[in-house]
Amino acid sequence: MASSFTRMISGRNTAVMMAMGAGTLASAYLLTDSTAAAAEIRRRYFPHSADYPDVRKHNNCMASALTPSIYARLSDKATPNNWTLDQCIQTGVDNPGHPFIKTVGMVAGDEESYEVFAELFDPVIKDRHNGYDPRTMKHPTDLDSSKITSGIFDERYVLSSRVRTGRSIRGLSLPPACTRSERREVERVVVTALSGLKGDLAGRYYSLGEMSDREQQHLIDEHFLFDKPVSPLLTAAGMARDWPDARGIWHNHEKNFLIWINEEDHTRVISMEKGGNMKRVFERFCKGLKQVEHLIQERGWEFMWNERLGYILTCPSNLGTGLRAGVHIRLPFLNKDPRFKKILENLRLQKRGTGGVDTAATGDTVDISNLDRLGKSEVELVQLVIDGVNYLIECEKRLERGQDIKIPSPIPPFRK
Amino acid sequence: DTKGLFEFVEEEYPDLSKHNNHMAKVLTKELYGKLRDKQTSSGYTLDDVIQTGIDNPGHPFIMTVGCVAGDEESYEVFKDLLDPVISDRHGGYKPTDKHKTDLNFENLKGGDDLDPNYVLSSRVRTGRSIKGYTLPPHNSRGERRAIEKLSIEALTSLEGEFKGKYYPLKSMTDAEQEQLINDHFLFDKPVSPLLTCAGMARDWPDGRGIWHNDDKTFLVWVNEEDHLRVISMQKGGNMREVFRRFCVGLQKIEEIFKKHNHGFMWNEHLGYILTCPSNLGTGLRGGVHVKLPKLSTHAKFEEILTRLRLQKRGTGGVDTASVGGVFDISNADRLGSSEVEQVQLVVDGVKLMVEMEKKLEKGEAIDSMIPAQK
Repeated sequence: MASSFTRMISGRNTAVMMAMGAGTLASAYLLTDSTAAAAEIRRRYFPHSADYPDVRKHNNCMASALTPSIYARLSDKATPNNWTLDQCIQTGVDNPGHPFIKTVGMVAGDEESYEVFAELFDPVIKDRHNGYDPRTMKHPTDLDSSKITSGIFDERYVLSSRVRTGRSIRGLSLPPACTRSERREVERVVVTALSGLKGDLAGRYYSLGEMSDREQQHLIDEHFLFDKPVSPLLTAAGMARDWPDARGIWHNHEKNFLIWINEEDHTRVISMEKGGNMKRVFERFCKGLKQVEHLIQERGWEFMWNERLGYILTCPSNLGTGLRAGVHIRLPFLNKDPRFKKILENLRLQKRGTGGVDTAATGDTVDISNLDRLGKSEVELVQLVIDGVNYLIECEKRLERGQDIKIPSPIPPFRK
Repeated sequence: DTKGLFEFVEEEYPDLSKHNNHMAKVLTKELYGKLRDKQTSSGYTLDDVIQTGIDNPGHPFIMTVGCVAGDEESYEVFKDLLDPVISDRHGGYKPTDKHKTDLNFENLKGGDDLDPNYVLSSRVRTGRSIKGYTLPPHNSRGERRAIEKLSIEALTSLEGEFKGKYYPLKSMTDAEQEQLINDHFLFDKPVSPLLTCAGMARDWPDGRGIWHNDDKTFLVWVNEEDHLRVISMQKGGNMREVFRRFCVGLQKIEEIFKKHNHGFMWNEHLGYILTCPSNLGTGLRGGVHVKLPKLSTHAKFEEILTRLRLQKRGTGGVDTASVGGVFDISNADRLGSSEVEQVQLVVDGVKLMVEMEKKLEKGEAIDSMIPAQK
């Protein structure tokens, strides 16, 4: 491993064994013995059925998939960091969901969560990602931006273009589970790597806890600043602990490549600019990601990734590419057309308000982005957004001229 | 490899430089290092104890506690942190001190003649934890449900003035909910980050409920911030009666829990064990809603309260402002004096303050009435 941060520094519910001397080690073992013995006694009084959550009124993927027998089997397990099933599902138990919006309802505490609790994660992943089966399918990763075509939009319609994803540092627990030392190590690893970026990617880091009022105002004005999470979906999963310790924002001097550190994921990587040059946005995105990956590899670190699930992130909804590519676009005619919803659906696009997820559209400007994350590569998804947005612009132009528009045939969610 | 240990503690130690709570004042890096690898036998760790204090830096004027217990054992395993916190919070209470419990209401002198023209209502509350279960920051769904089940059994077996009904939060009807709101009995899912950061709102509303007697003078909250919160109350100034009902009711409930080998958590050093160190000892807040429009604007009002060992709050409870000159006046102490002693202070103190108010109404001075420090 790269540094002294090995499996010894494990998740927050583990008594750390430090080889400080025989006496201490012995008492540490004794403590663990009594903990294990106590846990056994408790299990006799409280079988798994006593702890099974009441999710009858819940509407989220976890609640749909969690049966008493799955709960019982997985409750005897823990990841090497001592992360348990109860910890994965707490957010879904505490947030019953909404009849119209089906949230995921569970999070991973570390990379191993997706394996150890596969019996529950797999059906949740299937439910959320259009039937993708992690047992039998492989996820394609492709960050070759040269493959993108027609990626420059008509700027009479497209106001801005943006691509985001997340990356996790292998060997360190994820935001719901991480200790302060792990979180600080994530910050150190990433900030060190970012300081190695040059040219148009050179930039600087702003630590949330230490920024001046002036720096804070600057970041707010640029719409770069992120706040302590208030959504109970995140707070119930423990992601806001120790705020603002080891949280921060990095951006390049040109202000079109931005990285959030230790918010909902280890890192969120964002490439953006005003106007319609999605191709350039994606080029910078891929270049930046590759350079950051190279820089962390030089020091013996790597991103969490596997060929079943692609890039590993905290929320199962962001597995695969973790990629949301989108535009802010004005479509006054199309926005009022009753076929708009179906067109988006078939193009596998989603509409959001310009404040991001769970906001309403202001005026005629909407945020249009890809629906899917897993089962298609980054190149495929960005191309899909480009082709889709171009189609929407065509529709808008036709409606402007009083011409009719067609609902396109549905695109399959992933390669079979 | 002691160097490794120092580095490790350095990495894990929370940044408390901007914090103002009792935990932050006590927890040095050295102490953190000493306690970091301990846990109670239910697996509660130091990080668990202090998380709420890290996430809630506090306020320059209001000193919160900043730590909680996950089980009875926490007060032992983490005593190197909790003893100094307890001492700071409870007026210098020492690790060797003994706490006196006295729930014999007959030992209270007077208390039945507070002027109802001024004293609008009287109330005594406390909390109780059920031995053998971990506390709300830490307990599992199974434990919480077992506590609820035991509580329902205990409460629904009560008779006479204590005959009543239990309303589970997750299945109450709209009509029941409306009634409980109108009676000011209903408690909500905690929104205070002091509580949510300590994990007390997990699985809401599973295992939570409210019980009250038919007379609506005795009320028990199940599985909110503590296993049980017990409240006796009524309109007017008969604190003696409120306290009698409080003591009798508590005793009856305790008998039933004891029969199931799950008595209340208590020891002779800390008294009744509750989730927050601020509620150790008696866990008792006895108070009145009292009209003191003149006295409350007197220059010496705060001084008088301090000397009487009382505290004022708005009529909405903790962290609210007073409305129309009506204040919530209650005992400031919890640990180091008994229930009878604390309620006696309230009774005597409120009686004195009402007399002061009457004097001020007549335009007379009250300087000769100002008491010595109790």
